[in-house]
Amino acid sequence: MKKLGSQTIKFENPPSIIGTATIVGPKEGQGRFKEYYDLILKDSIYQEKSWEKAETKILKEAVEMAIKNSKVPTDKIEYLIAGDLLNQIISAGFAARELGLPFLGIYGACSTIAQGALLGSMIVDGGFAENLVAAVSSHFCTAERQFRFPLELGNQRKPTSQWTVTGAGAMVISSQIQNPRITFATVGKVIDMGEADPNDMGTAMAPAAVDTILRHFQDTGKTPDDYDLILTGDLGSIGKHIAEELLKQKGYDISNKYSDCGVLIFYPEQDVHAGASGCACAAVVTCGYIYKEMLNGKYNRVLLVATGALMSTTSTQQGETIPCIAHAISIENL
Amino acid sequence: MDYVMAFIVGGLICLVGQILMDTTKLFPAHILVLFVTLGAVLSGLGLYQPLVDIGKAGATIPITGFGHNLVTGVIQDVDQYGLLGVFTGALRSAAGGITAAIVFGFLMALLFNPKSK
Amino acid sequence: MPVLTKEQQDYKRFAKNKKPKPPLLKNMIMAFIVGGIICTIGQIILNFFVSRGLTPGQAGGPTAIIMVFLGSFLTGIGVYDKIGKYAGAGSIVPITGFANSIVSPAMEFKREGFVFGVAAKMFVVAGPVLVYGISSATLIGLIYYLLNM
Repeated sequence: MKKLGSQTIKFENPPSIIGTATIVGPKEGQGRFKEYYDLILKDSIYQEKSWEKAETKILKEAVEMAIKNSKVPTDKIEYLIAGDLLNQIISAGFAARELGLPFLGIYGACSTIAQGALLGSMIVDGGFAENLVAAVSSHFCTAERQFRFPLELGNQRKPTSQWTVTGAGAMVISSQIQNPRITFATVGKVIDMGEADPNDMGTAMAPAAVDTILRHFQDTGKTPDDYDLILTGDLGSIGKHIAEELLKQKGYDISNKYSDCGVLIFYPEQDVHAGASGCACAAVVTCGYIYKEMLNGKYNRVLLVATGALMSTTSTQQGETIPCIAHAISIENL
Repeated sequence: MDYVMAFIVGGLICLVGQILMDTTKLFPAHILVLFVTLGAVLSGLGLYQPLVDIGKAGATIPITGFGHNLVTGVIQDVDQYGLLGVFTGALRSAAGGITAAIVFGFLMALLFNPKSK
Repeated sequence: MPVLTKEQQDYKRFAKNKKPKPPLLKNMIMAFIVGGIICTIGQIILNFFVSRGLTPGQAGGPTAIIMVFLGSFLTGIGVYDKIGKYAGAGSIVPITGFANSIVSPAMEFKREGFVFGVAAKMFVVAGPVLVYGISSATLIGLIYYLLNM
């Protein structure tokens, strides 16, 4: 049985990440990881007629690039597991239409890359496929249009607001033996601590990240010492601070090896307030910076804990609070 | 002198709006609804006109002034047309601004696209 | 809002002092200045019409139309949201902000077509102002009518 404890999977033959690709918008391309992205767009509309069509194109091309980088022929890629933030995950669905791969669409809000990677790993480790792609996208303009306000509206963002990353990240997961490998995965539960402010996702999501991290340590018997880096998806500066303190209260001090993709992607001068968010946030950092630095050996054991907020504009307007989820994957050089 | 008073009164009304935005859970939409209704109520009580006398455009340009405008129109129409005026006055008064917003909105949508951020 | 459990209430208390506060003083100053400037521009336009022979009451109408045009144009060329970032309520509260709230969704949803996009979504932000403004004015009008019968 490949199960540890109540929510964690131990992969018997840890699947490998054999190729990745990241495409980002201009703002992200001026940020901290500019050297690590495969393509930085000059304009986030990418010569398409709408932001949504641009996001589909970005996701499709990231998948194609990742497959090319993996050196696996496209006809040997058996599944595309993909998701995004838009209603009915149209970026993923329409990209899948263009790519012609057997498609499993998923939704985990900003945790989708971890969800995709863990499901993909279960499929490969279970012998159901030898090569597949997990990919996600998000786009500042499509997110604003759907969740918040028209782009030209003169509203003032709050200090707790986060900036949706424009971009896509894709990884090819394979049964080939090659570092880095996905060794464990912890599936999160939906956690709702009663936060209702859609302008402060970090505070809402931090408890979910903490719950999953604690569960991961308890199920596996690991401690922070077993990792070089613990990385949350997009808690932002406020959520990161909260998560660190909550974990300390529970006896786990991760402060010397903990960071958050939402805090890292943009420089403070880029004025994104609390940090970045969106499916692509965790994805472009993991598939770009983390993957490449694991190939270099700078990191050998990384715990990625991607977090998502599962509300919609309707639920918020109906007075509901914000339920959140966090999925963890352990990526290691064996 | 007009200009100084317009600046001060208009600035103060916006300042109150900003304080509400930053210190309460109210969204801008709530604040605008609050202000337009407040303008209407104060106007009905005869308390907004003195502010207009002092602040001129500083009291008519903010959205509170829109509420005042609506009520002024209703009262005029009630005086002139009786009960029917209750229904015609508000929109009649605001006709210019609302029509302009619709027409210019359409025009700008024809001419321009939202920019990448 | 659902009732919070004790654990949720504890969390709320815990998280409360971790939230950064908006720079209130700076925002207040900017709102005051930009709101003041916009109203002053309105005053200049109003005075222009008065100098052409209209009474201040009559001049209000054309002034509103011109202010709406200004707000619409600045939204169209992509400048109004940049002002709003710094001005906050200073650009939201004046009638130019009303125009911005109508023009921005009209522009935004053009990609969904002129019927279901531009036209249908035009009032998605400004709707409440019109509904509550007109409703409260009508109610006040009714009270006025009844009091003066």
